[in-house]
This record gives sequence, C-alpha cells and structure tokens, in this order.
Amino acid sequence: MTDWLPPEAATALALSLRVSLVATLVSLPFGILCAYALARWRFPGHGLLNGLVHLPLILPPVVTGYLLLLTFGRQGWVGAALWDWFGLTFAFRWTGAALAAGVMAFPLLVRAIRLAIEAVDPKLEDAAATLGASRPVVFATVTLPLILPGVIAGAVLAFAKAMGEFGATITFVANIPGETQTLPTAIYSFLQVPGGDGAALTLVLISVAVAMLALALSEWLSRRVARRIAGR
Amino acid sequence: MTLEIRISHRFDDFRLEVDLTLPGGLTCLFGKSGSGKTSIVNAVAGLLRPDRAHIVLDGVALHDLPPHRREVGYVFQDARLFPHLTVQENLVYAARIRRQRPEGMERVVDLLGIGGLLDRRPGTLSGGEKQRVAIGRALLSQPRLLLMDEPLAALDEARKAEILPYIEALRDETGLPILYVSHSVPEVARLATTIVLIDSGGVGAVGPATTILSDPATAPLLGLRDAGAVLAARIAAQESDGLTRLETAAGPLWLPRIEGSPGRALRVRIAAQDVILALHRPEGLSALNILPAKVAALHDGQGPGVLVRLDLGGEFLLARVTRRSAQAMDLQPGLAVHAVLKSVAVAQADVGRRTGGDSD
Repeated sequence: MTDWLPPEAATALALSLRVSLVATLVSLPFGILCAYALARWRFPGHGLLNGLVHLPLILPPVVTGYLLLLTFGRQGWVGAALWDWFGLTFAFRWTGAALAAGVMAFPLLVRAIRLAIEAVDPKLEDAAATLGASRPVVFATVTLPLILPGVIAGAVLAFAKAMGEFGATITFVANIPGETQTLPTAIYSFLQVPGGDGAALTLVLISVAVAMLALALSEWLSRRVARRIAGR
Repeated sequence: MTLEIRISHRFDDFRLEVDLTLPGGLTCLFGKSGSGKTSIVNAVAGLLRPDRAHIVLDGVALHDLPPHRREVGYVFQDARLFPHLTVQENLVYAARIRRQRPEGMERVVDLLGIGGLLDRRPGTLSGGEKQRVAIGRALLSQPRLLLMDEPLAALDEARKAEILPYIEALRDETGLPILYVSHSVPEVARLATTIVLIDSGGVGAVGPATTILSDPATAPLLGLRDAGAVLAARIAAQESDGLTRLETAAGPLWLPRIEGSPGRALRVRIAAQDVILALHRPEGLSALNILPAKVAALHDGQGPGVLVRLDLGGEFLLARVTRRSAQAMDLQPGLAVHAVLKSVAVAQADVGRRTGGDSD
C-alpha cells in the first residue's frame, strides 16, 4: 500500500473493514427482528431474550470469546453441525472474527433499533391495518420507513464497535496475520515487538478516526429519525 | 345495509355487553367518556378482540377476519396520518398496498376540499386539515362501513364548523353507512339518523334520531342541559332584515340568517330549555316564533323540572319547564298550547343540512 503504513498494518485494516462490514450486514436482519420483538411483543421469555441480547455488553469479552469457542469451535455443538452440514467453519478463520465482532456489537445494534421502534406510535400501525395492510405490509410501509434512520444509526454504531473488537476475537480465533488479525489485535502485536510503536500509533489514529466518524454519523441519523416521525 | 354487533368483553374495571342491529345511514354511539363507545368501534374494526364477538355486516362475518381484511374505514380522533408520507401518498396508501389505481380520488378530494394540500407533509397541517385528510384516506380505501371515533373532539369550535358540513355531505351523498362515536349532543343532533345511547358498557336506548331526541324518557340520558328535539325544516325565504324564514310542519319559523336558497332542507335542533309554553297565543312579545302545539307526554325529572313533549303536527319538540309551572298550567297530554321560541336562541351550529333538499 503506502510507505507510511506497513504491509501487515494495511492487511489488518483491510481485514478489519471486511470483518466489520460482514458482521454488521449479517446481524442487521436479526437485530431488527430482535428489536421489534422486544419493543412490540409480550411473550414468555421476553426478559430472557433481553438479557441474552445484552449479555455480551456485560460479560468480560474473554468469556464471550471462550463461549463462542465452546459452541462454534470445530468441536462445539453448533460448530460441528455447521461443519458437517455446510462445510462452514469459524475456528481460526476471518468468518470467526466476523462472528465474534457481530455478537459483541449486537447489543448496540438492538438498542438503537429498539429505541427507534418504540418512538413509532403503534396507533399508526393500527391505522395502516384498517386501510388493508397485513402485518408484514404494515412493517414494510410504515414501521420500517419511520425507523430507517434509527436502523442506520444502529448499524453505524455496530460497525464501529466491530472495528474495535479485541477480547472475544483473540480468544475465539486468535491473532493470525492475514486471517484473523484485525486492527486492535494488530496494534497489540505491534506493541509487543521492538520498533513497532510507529505502526501501532498510525493504527491507533485510524481507530480513533473511525470511531469519531461513526459516532457523529449515528448522532446525525438519530436526529433525522425524530424529524421524520414529526412529519415535517 | 344492516350491521349486527353482539359483543361481550370483560375489562379490568367494567364489562362491555352490547347487542345491536343497526340500519344504514349515520349511527351515533353516544355516551360519557369511559362508557365503552370506542371499544365497540375498535371491536368492529378488529383492533380490539372481545371475549365474544358476533359482528356481521350485510352477511359478512367480520369477527372471523383480521383487521386488514374487514374493509372497514376508520377515522380516529387523532388523525393518525403517516408522518413520512405526503398528503397525496397518505390518500392513496390503501390503493398502493393493494397495487390498484386509486379510484374516486378526484371526487373525494373535491368533497373534502383538500386539493391544495396534496404536496404537504402531515406535520405542517392544521388539526382540521389533518382530520379532513384522514377522512379522505379512509374513504379511498373503498370501505363498506366507515367508523369515526370522535373525529371532532380534538378541534376547536371553528374547526368543527369547518368539518361538520363535510360529514353531512358524506352521510347524504355517498350512501356509506357510518358508525360515529360522540359525546357532544349538538354533534349528534346534527349528524345522526340513528342514535344508540351507551351507558356504562351497555345499550341504554336505540332508535331513530328524531325519536330519541324528542322522547322525554330518553332525552335526559343525553344530559338535561343538552336535551332538545330536532325539527325538519326547509328554507322558505331570506328576508331583508337578516332573518331566514323556515317552513316546518308546525308553521313558519324565523331564525337568524342561514345560508342557502329557498327549498334547501335543514334540520334544526331546538334546545328544550329555550322553549317557553303558553296556554293562549301571547301578544306583544319580542319572541318571533310562536308555534301551536299539543302536549304529547310529560316526563318528571329528579329535579324541579319537567320535560314536555310537544306534537306540532307530526314533528316533535321538547320543552323543559318547572314542575310548578306544569301544575299551574295544568299541563296534560292532549292539551293545546303555544310553544314560544326566541329566534336568536338557536345557534348556527345547531342548523345542519338534511337529505331531500331540492337545491343541494
């Protein structure tokens, strides 16, 4: 790439972007579903689901990473099944890094979308039903357009969180350059070798920039949600 | 059209028990807030699932259908326009989700006078404008029944006066059956063809509006202060001193200027407390309207008042007098009296249109 960025650092940055993008896009539909269920439905296990979604926020990331290893590792009960049926494996692959990043970012994604859904008056959805719209159509034509800025804001936050994921990633898929070495694990590696501070600092600045940008973007989008719901 | 509504539902604090068979036209569900009126229309729309429901519109069992398949339009008290869509997009919403061309758009836009609002966003509309757009949106979903839940309650008097004529036009020109929730007597008197009195979760009385309003037994249920009958009238002439002469079954009636050309059919609500009774035709009186009548029935209230039903040759008026006067005058069914009414006592809002007008 360029001479101010060592090739390992460039690789780590590119991998981080790919991992975060995949993690965000794949978790988005699940995030919307979870947020909708938590915001609109009352069912047995509501509290349990809410707890599960928020768990990665509270658990030490190492614990989340280890739990992922237990379930999605080659010997894990989900990981083994996925390998047998689809030839899909997460262990020590970049897909595993994406899974770890997605799980860690999930609470942020769901929280942002849930807030947006709760700001939509259910009476509007009732009104749509009386006009002939079935549940899925109500969601597609009323709920989703109204929460869209909130969904995007949540996705931006989740992307930024995924870019910074360290503990669960390194526990689950280790720190393999070119395969699972993301921005934060690369910074960690650079700091372990003599003369690596320069590259580490560059990556630190990039991380800060991504985080700030994402935060600003998500703020701006949240304000749009409010304006959209006010209907002006 | 017939609409059968049999509902039984237990809420936390009260029980809703309703058994109604309603004709077409505009049916007002009248009652205090919290009496269960809105729950009834919500059950018809499918937004409330009662414990037991038998709701049949012209042979179609609505209670078996989800809300979106009931073909029932609903105008809510808070217009509930979709904030992310323009007025135009709100109006064609029902057609769009069915992938149909919106039918009758021009007629509805004309009827409601919303042609100038089509490109606006709901957030920029006044309360009255929002409500007219909401009515249009419900109409354009091609409903077989229109529900209106206190559509005017959130509006000030001027906005109400702006929208009432549109609802009258709906009632008279579209032939669409309307179920209308209200707790305002003037509104009910102006709009209803059928009245259902709802009292703490049950039906207090049902009947044609003219009967319910002029029956001294049911009128007090609408509130004594507001008791008053509705008189069918027709504009006879616009007079030069600012008065309008009306023809009624009981004779001429002079009221402050009412817009419209001679022949226009009206319904005029006359509050019972504005009617004075006299045994002989009074002379030298400032009140212009003196109508010969016959006492049809008397109804003692709990207070010092008596409600008197007056027969004016097929039309009925209610008068509220004190029991002392009733005794002094020896009011009895069959007695010939004169009903005296000040012209200015009738508010503009109490004069509405009526089907059968020649000139409108």
